[in-house]
Amino acid sequence: MEVVLAYVVGALVTLAVLLLLRRSLVSVVVGLLVLGNAVNLLIMTMGRLTRAAPPLVEAGAVLPEEPFANPLPQAFVLTAIVINFGLLAFSLVLTASARAIAGTVDPHELVGPEDTPPARVGGAA
Amino acid sequence: MTDDLLLALPLLLPLAAAVTVMLTRGLPRLHGPLNVACMAALAAVGAALLARVHDGAVLVTFLGGWRAPFGIPLVADALSVTMVLVTALVAGCVCLYALVDVPPRQALVYHAVTPVLVASANGAFLTGDLFNLYVWFEVMLMSSFVLMALGGEAPQVRGTVKYMATNLVSSTLFLAGVGLLYGLTGTLNMAELAARVPALGQPALVSVVAVLFVVAFGTKAAVFPLFSWLPASYPTPPVATTALFAGLLTKVAVYALLRTFTLIFVHDVGFTHGALLWIAGLTMVTGVLGAVAQDEVRRLLSFHIVSQIGYMVMGLALLSPLALLGAIFFTIHNILAKTNLFLIGGVMARLGGSFELKRLGGFYRAQPLLAGLFLVPALALAGVPPLSGFWGKLLLARAGLEAAEYAIVAASLAVGLLTLYSMMKIWSQAVLPAAADPARPPAGPVPRAQLAAIGVLAASTLALSALAWPVCVVLGRAAEGLLAPTAYIEAVLRA
Repeated sequence: MEVVLAYVVGALVTLAVLLLLRRSLVSVVVGLLVLGNAVNLLIMTMGRLTRAAPPLVEAGAVLPEEPFANPLPQAFVLTAIVINFGLLAFSLVLTASARAIAGTVDPHELVGPEDTPPARVGGAA
Repeated sequence: MTDDLLLALPLLLPLAAAVTVMLTRGLPRLHGPLNVACMAALAAVGAALLARVHDGAVLVTFLGGWRAPFGIPLVADALSVTMVLVTALVAGCVCLYALVDVPPRQALVYHAVTPVLVASANGAFLTGDLFNLYVWFEVMLMSSFVLMALGGEAPQVRGTVKYMATNLVSSTLFLAGVGLLYGLTGTLNMAELAARVPALGQPALVSVVAVLFVVAFGTKAAVFPLFSWLPASYPTPPVATTALFAGLLTKVAVYALLRTFTLIFVHDVGFTHGALLWIAGLTMVTGVLGAVAQDEVRRLLSFHIVSQIGYMVMGLALLSPLALLGAIFFTIHNILAKTNLFLIGGVMARLGGSFELKRLGGFYRAQPLLAGLFLVPALALAGVPPLSGFWGKLLLARAGLEAAEYAIVAASLAVGLLTLYSMMKIWSQAVLPAAADPARPPAGPVPRAQLAAIGVLAASTLALSALAWPVCVVLGRAAEGLLAPTAYIEAVLRA
């Protein structure tokens, strides 16, 4: 199962890189989303996949009954999903405001600090 | 006051300030002074912490009362406390400057998000858990996104797009590294990782993870060849924002490199730190070459950020007590000097009406005091004795000679000359000559809050220069603690 998931992670990363390299902010945002999920899957897989009971402690017991699934990767992934979601929301707003301000979602067509007219008149320095 | 509370205050104080700002929307006059007071209190907390750990002690507290290795520890050693203290100082000065600089429409968001940025930086300095470090990085990223996009000018949007895309990819790589390391060792507690990674017996696999960390932190620290987002985005937001970013953000990543590559990834120093040495040299040289070609104050200073990061990585790569001491000293010096240069650049631009060197001028005639204050961080950055940059470079060069790495020493000295050249370029084009546009009506006097902010930072640089020896004694213990982290590991695992 780990091998299958490793290939899935690889495929997702490939797709993400493909999307990130496209000249549209919308693709970039989707690419970031896919990349984030690929890494989440990687963490889940690295936390060992087990066919075990959920790590719930019965009333009165101190430890859950063996064998139980590792809860830590799930906690990591949950945190990462929440963070990713917030950043994704921001990047969508950014894309929308790029479209509203500059009328384009092509990062190359947005004006940037490099585009300030070159003040190279020689002489000084 | 108990240690537990003292350790949590660098997080609680700024977060409380942020919440207070959001809850008192109707009292906008209160927000700026509140933040300045918060940063002053934070500096006091930093000083109190430093008094506890300056002799090499390590303070640990566990959030929620869960013990190591399960709980998330806050760990304060001399390095992290020094960073907290300097952060408070710089953020306080930027907040002081921002009192009169932020447009009223953006003031609420600016004053609410800046303390969150400071809290996340402090969290990154103090945490003893790798996943928690990731979370703080993301909080920092989120607040810096908001600050960078605040105002919504077209260049800002483009700058933010580049900044966002690059930093999100690097964060994801960091998370992948964290996941792989967890899979290998079964822990993310940094002290326990330090104990478990050598026992793993799989140096090749650990090296793969180390490369992920170099790329992730390297992108955030803007090292060669991953720095192009920085000069593309830092010059776009208002100066009060850029100055804070210039002082803090890349240095948090440098701190993360310093921490992880002394504590966790020391299994194959020849490979990892050898690569870092190349990165350091190339970062210095490309950064400064980019800087000398610039004619816009903020872009010029942004390229210098990149160049100076090279020195810090050089200290880490040499991995001797003297080199690490040099790296830490240089980081502190750079935070103070760089923030100050951006603030002075902001005043220059407001008086001259432009950030272009060509259109500036007359600064000396209009503001002789500020022109003098400009020289302090500018010459310190170039490493002119007896200012702080000189001591930092002296330590690093000495460490390089001791390690027989002559090429990097030569590079660092040459880069120092070029830094001096570009600082003198600002001096001779923007400060000394008569105003480029004499018809421009003279701007009003510089607000006292901004003068105070610049003055405090310049005084800090001078103090760091004058007190270089006692500072080096404390930081030397921090460097030894990094190289021989037994005290750190034992403090966390036996707490």
